[in-house]
Amino acid sequence: MSELSRLTIAEARDRLAAREITAVELTEACLAQIEAADALGAFVHKTPEIALERARAADARIAAGEAKPMTGIPVGIKDLFCTKGVPSQAASRILEGFRPEYESTVSQQLADAGAVMLGKLNMDEFAMGSSNETSVYGNAVNPWRRGNDETALTPGGSSGGSASAVAADLCLAATGTDTGGSIRQPAAFTGIVGLKPTYGRCSRWGIVAFASSLDQAGPMTKTVRDAAIMGAAMMGHDPKDSTSADLAVPDFEAMLTGDIRGKVIGIPKEYRMDGMPSEIEALWQQGAEMLRDAGAELRDISLPHTKYALPAYYVIAPAEASSNLARYDGVRFGHRAKLAQGDGITEMYEKTRAEGFGPEVQRRVMIGTYVLSAGFYDAYYNRARKVRALIKKDFDDVFAAGVDAILTPATPSAAFGLGEMAEADPVQMYLNDVFTVTVNLAGLPGISVPAGLDAQGLPLGLQLIGRPWDEGDLLNTAYALEQAAGFVAKPARWW
Amino acid sequence: MSIDIDTARKVAKLARIAVPESDLPKLADNLSGILNFMEQLNEVDVEGVEPMTSVTPMRLKRRADVVTDGDQQAKVLSNAPDAREGFFAVPKVVE
Repeated sequence: MSELSRLTIAEARDRLAAREITAVELTEACLAQIEAADALGAFVHKTPEIALERARAADARIAAGEAKPMTGIPVGIKDLFCTKGVPSQAASRILEGFRPEYESTVSQQLADAGAVMLGKLNMDEFAMGSSNETSVYGNAVNPWRRGNDETALTPGGSSGGSASAVAADLCLAATGTDTGGSIRQPAAFTGIVGLKPTYGRCSRWGIVAFASSLDQAGPMTKTVRDAAIMGAAMMGHDPKDSTSADLAVPDFEAMLTGDIRGKVIGIPKEYRMDGMPSEIEALWQQGAEMLRDAGAELRDISLPHTKYALPAYYVIAPAEASSNLARYDGVRFGHRAKLAQGDGITEMYEKTRAEGFGPEVQRRVMIGTYVLSAGFYDAYYNRARKVRALIKKDFDDVFAAGVDAILTPATPSAAFGLGEMAEADPVQMYLNDVFTVTVNLAGLPGISVPAGLDAQGLPLGLQLIGRPWDEGDLLNTAYALEQAAGFVAKPARWW
Repeated sequence: MSIDIDTARKVAKLARIAVPESDLPKLADNLSGILNFMEQLNEVDVEGVEPMTSVTPMRLKRRADVVTDGDQQAKVLSNAPDAREGFFAVPKVVE
């Protein structure tokens, strides 16, 4: 049975339609894998009863001839999504015991399409992190290792549990969210595909907010085709999110022809970083050649404000986070600190937030508070928003000049060891997002595609960046890259 | 810009996060490091640039000003650490 959990969404859909397998069998296979994989720390709240109930409903729907592409497909849901009656704590102590009375729009759309929720997935606390080490649940672990070296590696973050679960075949796919690279970086670290759609494609309603002008949900899957299928099921206009785009979602899968002849692929010179490992540089070169061999035209381009993206991000994201996280005050939901005799409401706030938030979240809330405080708002926050406009303009100019997609490395390194960055200063960890964060600031769609292995046998990814609202064309270019790269490696099972 | 211990204490207070006095030096150091990183933004000429507000120029949608939901007191209170008689309960606010 274990091979069933290794299926892609497309394969499972076709076998379900052909009645070769049932959704219950598929779900049971995944549940068995999950039970045997606690060492990965990926699933933090398991929901087998919900899963089997939905699987039975999916089988009935398939039998009635009413199946949709996601019907009967077992998926994991990042802990950031509110799921009705199921713990949803954004991997934070401050939301301990919180069971939402409502369902996020994205997870509801997946449920409506017949997808089967297996449980909630580990992540960095409030999606703040690049290694899944800030989670209240403990680390998620990468199923990949450096050859025979048993050092536990990070699956990346913040969607680390999602990446680990998909790469280890515990589920067919998972939801992720991406504020600065939190879908694409973990996808690259674990050899899977991660799509961050255009800002506004997926409703943010019911997803615990980190930085509202940057947050975007997306699929994390085994193949580009699966990202097209699951992505389409997650996207769409939602009146409950005022920034959700009222645009039709095309049939992305039908757009996967693999034909990219005549497409112009931009290669931005600013993404060639000092000290970048030669393997990443070589992979980037190979990726470009693959696209050229498939008929695309390569063009050297410049995105001159790239180096200012990370500092702008680390003003804007904490500023928005400090506002969003003000709601965690111990009054309406989640943790409340035990109070001493005579403590008033201010002590309750301060103790609750000190106990409930981990160090990285506290740091970012305080940075955000500082940059928004009287006297600094213009110097930091407004300046960062202006730099953000310039970063977006860099992309607008390149697309206006005829570039269809931009190829870059997904990450500046392969997965690193858990704990290896413990002594580094926080800025060192932030550098992980150097290639991905520009895309969030500009609101563009981006996808990470596994493209090769490094000398230690760890997966490396390439990123493609597309025009706003043109996920279909981006996915097709990613599909061509995926076919040319022919990445089929899987982690050797040790868990 | 470097953050001293007094500023760190003030920021923690504004953020409503209790930080023990002994942790303030490290916090000040951390925050200073991050702010130094942000100083790079001062190199950019932003004269005349409008702050970015959306990916594509898009008017926020409006909806009719009518009640769309309600009458869910029990659900609203179901996750409260302390709720009594249909209200959220908190420590005494006014002496």
